[in-house]
Amino acid sequence: MSDVVEKTLTALPSLLSLDSHPGSAKLSSTSKLGNLIRGITELTSKHEEEKLIQHELLAIKEQVSSPNTTMMKELMVRSIYCEMLGYEASFSYIHAIKLAQQGTVLEKRVGYLAVSLFLNESHELLLLLVNTVLKDLQSTNLIEVCMALTVVSQMFPKDMIPAILPLVEEKLNHPKEIIRRKAVLALYKFYLIAPNQVQHIHNKFRKALCDKDPGVMTASLHIYLQMIQENPDAYKDLTPSFVTILKQVVGGKLPMDFNYHTVPAPWLQIQLLRILALLGKNDQSTSEVMYEVLDESLRRAEMNHNITYAILYECVKCIYTIHPKSDLLEKAAKCIGNFVLSPKINLKYLGLKALTYVVQQDPKLALQHQMTIIECLDHPDLIIKRETLELLFRITNAQNVTVIVEKMLEFLCISEDDHTTIDLVGKVAELAEKYPLKYNEWFIETMNTVFSLGGDMMQPDIPNSFLKLLSEGFDSVEEDRKLKLFAVNSYVPLLRGEPGKLPQRFLQVISWVLGEYSHLREDLEPAEVLSLLAKLLDMKNSSSETKSWVLMAMTKLCKGGTDASVTQEVSETYSSSLDTVLRQRAHELQYLSQDPELRARVLPRGSCGNFAFVSEALAAGAAPYKPPHQRQEELDQSKALSLEPYGLSLPISMSSCSITDRQSPTLLSMSSGLSGDTLKLDGVKRVWGREGYLAQREPVEEAAQVEVPSPIQSPGRQGEGDSLHSQTPTQTPTPEPEQEKQQLASSLFVGLASQSSVSLMGKSEPTPQRFRRKAKGQGPGSSFNASEQISSSLISPPSAVDNLLCNNLLDSNNASELAEQTSQLSQRLTTANGTCHTEAELTEPDTKGCNPALRRDNCVVAADPGPHDDPGRLTEVCLDSYLPAELSGLSHSEIAPLCANQSLNLSACHVQKEDSLILVVFIINSSESAIQQMLPAGEMTSHSVAVGQYSLTVKRPAVHVEVVGTVSYQLPAGTSQSLQFSYKVPLTSFIRPFVVSTEEYGTMWLSFSHDTKQNLTLINDNQEPLTATLNALKKKLQLHVVEVIGMEGIVACRLLQDLPCLMHCRVNAGWLAVWLRSPVPDLPDCLIYHCQRALQSL
Amino acid sequence: MQFMLLFSRQGKLRLQKWYVPLSDKEKKKITRELVQTVLARKPKMCSFLEWRDLKIVYKRYASLYFCCAIEDQDNELITLEIIHRYVELLDKYFGSVCELDIIFNFEKAYFILDEFLLGGEAQETSKKNVLKAIEQADLLQEVRYTPNHSHVWQI
Repeated sequence: MSDVVEKTLTALPSLLSLDSHPGSAKLSSTSKLGNLIRGITELTSKHEEEKLIQHELLAIKEQVSSPNTTMMKELMVRSIYCEMLGYEASFSYIHAIKLAQQGTVLEKRVGYLAVSLFLNESHELLLLLVNTVLKDLQSTNLIEVCMALTVVSQMFPKDMIPAILPLVEEKLNHPKEIIRRKAVLALYKFYLIAPNQVQHIHNKFRKALCDKDPGVMTASLHIYLQMIQENPDAYKDLTPSFVTILKQVVGGKLPMDFNYHTVPAPWLQIQLLRILALLGKNDQSTSEVMYEVLDESLRRAEMNHNITYAILYECVKCIYTIHPKSDLLEKAAKCIGNFVLSPKINLKYLGLKALTYVVQQDPKLALQHQMTIIECLDHPDLIIKRETLELLFRITNAQNVTVIVEKMLEFLCISEDDHTTIDLVGKVAELAEKYPLKYNEWFIETMNTVFSLGGDMMQPDIPNSFLKLLSEGFDSVEEDRKLKLFAVNSYVPLLRGEPGKLPQRFLQVISWVLGEYSHLREDLEPAEVLSLLAKLLDMKNSSSETKSWVLMAMTKLCKGGTDASVTQEVSETYSSSLDTVLRQRAHELQYLSQDPELRARVLPRGSCGNFAFVSEALAAGAAPYKPPHQRQEELDQSKALSLEPYGLSLPISMSSCSITDRQSPTLLSMSSGLSGDTLKLDGVKRVWGREGYLAQREPVEEAAQVEVPSPIQSPGRQGEGDSLHSQTPTQTPTPEPEQEKQQLASSLFVGLASQSSVSLMGKSEPTPQRFRRKAKGQGPGSSFNASEQISSSLISPPSAVDNLLCNNLLDSNNASELAEQTSQLSQRLTTANGTCHTEAELTEPDTKGCNPALRRDNCVVAADPGPHDDPGRLTEVCLDSYLPAELSGLSHSEIAPLCANQSLNLSACHVQKEDSLILVVFIINSSESAIQQMLPAGEMTSHSVAVGQYSLTVKRPAVHVEVVGTVSYQLPAGTSQSLQFSYKVPLTSFIRPFVVSTEEYGTMWLSFSHDTKQNLTLINDNQEPLTATLNALKKKLQLHVVEVIGMEGIVACRLLQDLPCLMHCRVNAGWLAVWLRSPVPDLPDCLIYHCQRALQSL
Repeated sequence: MQFMLLFSRQGKLRLQKWYVPLSDKEKKKITRELVQTVLARKPKMCSFLEWRDLKIVYKRYASLYFCCAIEDQDNELITLEIIHRYVELLDKYFGSVCELDIIFNFEKAYFILDEFLLGGEAQETSKKNVLKAIEQADLLQEVRYTPNHSHVWQI
């Protein structure tokens, strides 16, 4: 049939241009609408059209308002036409409503149509329609009821739903299926715009699902899809019903009417597949119910037609979403292969999309199709290219990153779509920051391109995190210097060239970097940099934000003497600027350029990374930095005035003052320079403030994101990838022109299928996480600090201050320790947040394969536990019995499922022993086959459980400690696989009471250098408040109360193994003033956080 | 589905149905941009487009482009078939449909669309049922004008 349409319609194009053709003239002469349409097609200019339409609208307006118009319907159609051409005919809206209300059935139909086209659901005139709808819903004329239901399903004022809801509900029992179907869709609409209103009729939805008419049932699936999307757990019981329906549909049990090109009810099939995917996600037992029908669907969808491909595609998505089953996965993978290899471009696109979707679980699939992917990269259709890049983005690893980024940049140069540019620029920046280590110059060059191409559209956090990365640097001082120098070297020529062409954001970055690091280049006179910067100020298109960055940079550079004239001139120009920020910067520049001594104090050379003043201040008794969330909590808690005398915390309080009070014309604000680069960013960029606020809102979630698989952790694996790779191209003898592609393939797909890339792809959420800086936290000895982890206030400079200081101390030994550890361990258990925090010490992996008898008993159980909707309870019941005997007497945390794949399920809990914390990992072989060469368990037969226990210690405290590990194993087929997991333990699990005498306490107190102070809430029950509070803390956090004297109490605890922390508490003005001290950095901060939590939860 | 647009090769809008509430200004902007983007595409290119945060599925039938906007998780291929079924319905109703039928009887095209898609979801996919519903409603209406254009081209 479609061919006929095609043929018929291909004859058409010539028609419209033949307006003078007798046929079309005859066509349009019969009605006024015809006249209008004909008139318009004859016109040649937009202006003429406008004139004609305005004339027409006037005529319509005149006629509609005359009292006895008989042409209402026709007039309405003409108004609709004018609106479609883009001319407003709002005068006719009210007449449309009137027509729907008063007209004959035929007029009503047009009236309702006009209303649905003219108004949207927030339009106030729609209220006038409510009564009409009410009346029509009660009409005995089915057509009128249908019309009312149709308009209601398209738009209805939210607040008026209760008025008609009973009537619509009633229609669910109507004898005519068309009415029932429309009623269901109306309820679906209500559910979308006001879910609460229809909550009480959920059981009626079930009735609709069981309706004898397939059309009504299909309509009800829209509601179910929506509801299941929001809460899959509530509808698990319906799974068998959906499966049965799908079985019947696939089996051809529906009336022939529902066939579409001989395929039974494809819309219904797809809807059901989507629902099943949602229900089976992370739920093994539910997934098992649907395996059979999925298999059947795959098998039946054989015909070579779009519609079967649509079903196949949905099937594949479903199979990869639900709990995996190997033979289905195999078939699905084959399907994807057919899509990718198809000559039809639409199928190819969907194949790529499907690959992108599944590549996280099955990286080898990308490897199989590498040549096709390469071809798609050069596809003339940008959409295909774009989707290919998306796929490549997901398989990026340390080895192929340069090639992939190059491809992305190539695309960026030709793309004209803003949305794409913003998205891709973000991705490039993300990749560049994720793997900057090896390629210093590459990193800077890539970022330069990102800044030039992304311009001012890109996400503001890209430049921010770039600068942060640059300032914090990497492990080696020399490398850092090179990186910074390279940045300077690349920027100077840009400024010498045509800086006017560069985007504002890039100029801001450039001026900051030059201000901070241009001294690294010895042959570069500050005077030259100053004049280059001054040039930026004179540019017409420089925004005032950019100017303020430039002025800041000049302030850092000016040295008096020869530079004086430039700076003098600039500061004079801007000291009278209307922009207060600029004015302030100009004043700062002026004062500081004249007072070299003050300048040296305020802006010490290379202040970046040199935070000596902080340690000085700390030594002088200043309060250490508190992360924003803590300050916020303090603020929230202590609305009362603080009666504590101010400490000597000058630099820090000053810097915070400069943030809050940027407009202050005093010199005080200059102290922003004191705390180094990051703070200066604060002073200039507003964005930081917003980010900081965000970080406060979700501190813990952010912390959870910290884990980013490190590309450098497994250099050994690279070899594997390489060797594997070198095999692939040699399999087939290659003709000459293919070689280039092969080469590209080898650079793109290198490292795939090796573990390092698997871990990379384990990142299931593709959401761009811009603060990639964290990734390098995994590098040995790189900087990362606990307070930052608590707050995730990446932009809080003083935290970076702590951070760098501490790391200087910790760097060397940590790195070596890690190396030792990893080489010793068979199971690679490392800590997610970098070595600085935690170190997992494996006691001998104590694994128990279960004896056969036992295994049989637990067969069902062991096969069952997966990440169910209520996994905790279920697994605990069964896994409890597997706890090692020596631990079974001790209290353990809830056994939580960690992760699972088609063959293994991992769960874990931690057990607190007196002198250690034991992490118990349960490895459940849920597959039908035995697993070999598993590290650490050796071999595992089908459906057995292996248990590993590991003693954990904390090297550097954080609020939550995250342990990351990998189980690598081999399936009988010989493919080696690995499964990564991470597990989070609150720091409190590592805290033990510390028994000391008051004298010992006194001596230790003085010798500990890291401290923090905070006011906590007092518990005021019947007891004496101090004792009550201390007892609560003692109970919750396992602290040891050393002594209580009057209003003061001293408490001690230790972090496993032997890292003490002392706590001094004093009741003061209704608060418990707490002072914590410890030799371990961050421990006081983390502990105070848990103290707050403990007291809040009471 | 978020909206459906029908426009000619010359970029003239022939039908627009919005299933999400948008202001007139936005609708105009979207229409303008989309018509431009789709018309710029070559015949052998992919029928799917990523546009802003939406997915555009379009197909050309003779001089007329049918263009739907769907969300990312929606199935592109089935959307193509929705377009095709709509064309089939129009074809059956008008009897060898052509662009002129839709221009001069666009309200009929809307009625058919409303019977086929409701609130952006496929309501009734059986061709017979949709046409039955339309015919029943039409029976109450006077005879529609049928353009006699058989002399323009031979079938």
